[in-house]
Amino acid sequence: MLPRDPGQTNLAGMSHDHHHDHDNDLDPMAARVRALETILTEKGLIDPAAIDAIVETYETKVGPRNGARVVAKAWADADYADWLRRDATAAIASLGFSGRQGEHMQAVFNTPDTHNLVVCTLCSCYPWSVLGLPPVWYKAPPYRSRAVIDPRGVLEEFGLTLPPDTKIRVWDSTAELRYLVVPMRPEGTEGWDETRLAELVSRDSMIGTALARQAEAA
Amino acid sequence: MNGPQDLGGQMGFGPVAPETNEPIFHAEWEKRALGLTLAAGGMGHWNIDESRHARESLHPADYYASSYYEIWIKALEVLLKRHGFVSSEELASGHKLNPGAPAKRKLEAADVAGVLARGGPCNRPVSSQPRFKAGDRVRTKNFNPTGHTRLPRYARGKTGVIDAVSEGFVFPDVNAHGKGENPQWVYTVVFDAHEIWGEGADPTLTISIDAWESYLEPA
Repeated sequence: MLPRDPGQTNLAGMSHDHHHDHDNDLDPMAARVRALETILTEKGLIDPAAIDAIVETYETKVGPRNGARVVAKAWADADYADWLRRDATAAIASLGFSGRQGEHMQAVFNTPDTHNLVVCTLCSCYPWSVLGLPPVWYKAPPYRSRAVIDPRGVLEEFGLTLPPDTKIRVWDSTAELRYLVVPMRPEGTEGWDETRLAELVSRDSMIGTALARQAEAA
Repeated sequence: MNGPQDLGGQMGFGPVAPETNEPIFHAEWEKRALGLTLAAGGMGHWNIDESRHARESLHPADYYASSYYEIWIKALEVLLKRHGFVSSEELASGHKLNPGAPAKRKLEAADVAGVLARGGPCNRPVSSQPRFKAGDRVRTKNFNPTGHTRLPRYARGKTGVIDAVSEGFVFPDVNAHGKGENPQWVYTVVFDAHEIWGEGADPTLTISIDAWESYLEPA
């Protein structure tokens, strides 16, 4: 039995029964995807170099560092935070982050009273332009099924215990709006510049499954 | 449709399993699956709603037995066959066996950056005024359509409050089936957890969905 690899588990959370050999040719999905790419390339319908360019974009250019810059700027600049609250799409685009799965953005701000959590119960809607591609758990049934009915239990599984009187607002991304959580700025960060602040902003804190890192931990 | 994708409130899937230092991709084929899905979508023969409907139309046993990129690839094969670009025989052989349908467009490598940066905005002008305003109480429709919808089962027939009026957006319930965009106003509707889940619901919890106008009635 191979070690469990969460990325290779199916949506039911069970490990695949086929082996993942070092030679991808033996993996049924690798073979299936290669066949599809071969057929479409032979027909002139797709350009394999375009696939390379897409992959490179999400491996090197578009990821959660984008969102961290947005949050850090909102922490440091009250006017920017106000713009982000009113028109997130434009405020985020002003930093150069726009496009696919970020066309219609809304920022939701955590407060001492209310914690925000984002989910897509129906598929895998996620703000790619600021967070990159979603992690496996975000697309998998345990999170999608329980975030709306038992968010406190879900947050416990991320190691986050909220005070019992904190209000929780869950945003189910059922249409084309994409949500970015703006976590609360940690204490002890007065005077920090945006670059330093951005280091405190994890991907999960912008989904709502974590808080921003504490200053002493950075 | 009441398919396997409609997961809100379902039980039995176990704990969430966050992965420490998760890689962006877990196998080389996942990279190709992402790129193929976007590049084939770039041919311009189906929209995102038809794509989503193809994924949720997988047999539930297949859906739950698949990783998300597997779902994407299985649905992509369905779309490519439906629109005449590949045949089952070709998928079995792994090579082109016949010319197939011509594509409207081809996504070239040089155009990828621009296409991804533009994205695919789904907001559209709507000629009518919004029927609801922030603060209005609304009741969601109780229905069980066999086609695509974005009103999850857990939020059907429930009373909530309009939190915000968004914009006009393409209506997925018809657009997924090639019946045009028919844009409608979209609203963020917020519900108390007790209205959704009843007895035992977390009293600190509210849940919102984004709902097209025809999903809503005054309450």
